Amino acid sequence: MVGIVTWGSYIPKYRIKAEDIAKAWGSNPEQIKSGLMITEKSLPGIDEDTITIAVEAARNAVRAARIDPKSIGAVYIGSESHPYAVKPTGTVVAEALNMGNKYTTADFEFACKAGTAAIQVSMAMVRSGMAEYALAGGCDTAQASPGDPLEYTAAAGGAVFLIGLENVSAEINHTVSYTSDTPDFWRKKYEKYPAHGGAFTGQPAYYRHVIAATSMLMEKANTSSADYDYAIFHQPNGKFPTRVAKILGFKKEQIQPGLVVSKIGNTYSGSSILGLCAVLDIAKPGDRILLTSYGSGAGSDSFDITVTDKIFYAREKNRTVESYIQDKIYVDYTKYLKNTGNLR
Amino acid sequence: MTVPKIWRKIPEMYNLKGRICPECNSYFFPPREFCTKCGNEKMEDYFFQGIGKIISFTIIRTPVSDPENENMDIAARNIPYVLAIIELAEGPRLTAQVVDCRKEDVEIGKDVEMVFRKIMEKGEKGVIQYGYKFRLA
Ligand SMILES: [Zn+2]
Repeated sequence: MVGIVTWGSYIPKYRIKAEDIAKAWGSNPEQIKSGLMITEKSLPGIDEDTITIAVEAARNAVRAARIDPKSIGAVYIGSESHPYAVKPTGTVVAEALNMGNKYTTADFEFACKAGTAAIQVSMAMVRSGMAEYALAGGCDTAQASPGDPLEYTAAAGGAVFLIGLENVSAEINHTVSYTSDTPDFWRKKYEKYPAHGGAFTGQPAYYRHVIAATSMLMEKANTSSADYDYAIFHQPNGKFPTRVAKILGFKKEQIQPGLVVSKIGNTYSGSSILGLCAVLDIAKPGDRILLTSYGSGAGSDSFDITVTDKIFYAREKNRTVESYIQDKIYVDYTKYLKNTGNLR
Repeated sequence: MTVPKIWRKIPEMYNLKGRICPECNSYFFPPREFCTKCGNEKMEDYFFQGIGKIISFTIIRTPVSDPENENMDIAARNIPYVLAIIELAEGPRLTAQVVDCRKEDVEIGKDVEMVFRKIMEKGEKGVIQYGYKFRLA
């Protein structure tokens, strides 16, 4: 059976409160906090980027698995903030894991769903026998133009999964994708900040793809919302996943444990999969999990997952998402601009 | 630092690759070609665990620019920062930054663990050097 052997999460220690961003622009903080359902967000240290986040998360996953890193045959990190346009993130991650040279890698990009796309390709790699283990991750240091509403949510963090066929702590029973050409959010090659279609990002983009992929998955798995102990939806803010869960018939208790956005913001490629890590940190053998990502441009990958009794072993030497959420240092708006490279 | 030099130092910088003398069990970081304790010339590679404690530290308020070339030390953009002498669990000492902490939390004797960070960046166009720094454990 194919699945997640271990997982590793990482969230930088720095946080800025929504109030402090609102204050800088003379906006009403209460309106923003209730509208987006976000109280604060993470940001990178001045010496952190997508590569360092991927290394920290990948080291957590490999340490938890206690395997020889040289048995990992593929590394795929998804991000929309790879530090280099040319020169892969994957080679640095593999070297930092001491993986040797007998592996394949390529960087993935698909807005906020590049991480789940990496999981799907990794599943295919191990199932076909092309790799014994594959590492799949989604990590970002999301950029927002100062003053753009995105500034309240664009955050930093990531998760990496060790995918394999044996000793899996979470079996992936099914996965489906729903994809279309939808220009809701984009960033052109030499632009620093993304552009978005405003209200267009909702109905034809997020809701259409998340609902379609999740419905397709439940049809394939022959399940209904009541069959899942946990459900995680891409969380660009607190409002979208809460609303889409309600439309799809999921209860608050099912989505609450995986809804990490209100405390750390939208970590883009790391967003829904950090929610998955938070659930794996607490789930019991036999628990069933539904995960649906969303990436602008646009597409959703949906997964049906069952937790196995190997979950305890995978947790033994791991660090929880909650421990990263708790471990924080608040910064003011000036320091925030400096750390995110907006002030030099 | 030139690109070939950055490249050669990758095993050291990413994974604390040093040496152990199989004759007298002495550890060396950075790696040495022969043992300075017993003179043995058949040294073996060793990857340090990346844990240790603070022996001494200082707060850098005025960064020194890299005299070799125009390299941009990322820490220099973030003054004040903590620079410490760290004794690794295996014995050797090294100098490294202690990150992600309030300056007042840093104390001699505190345990630290290795983290992976950006070290230098050769301007907007240049290569990024990655490597070890430490955080309070
Ligand atoms: Zn010796």
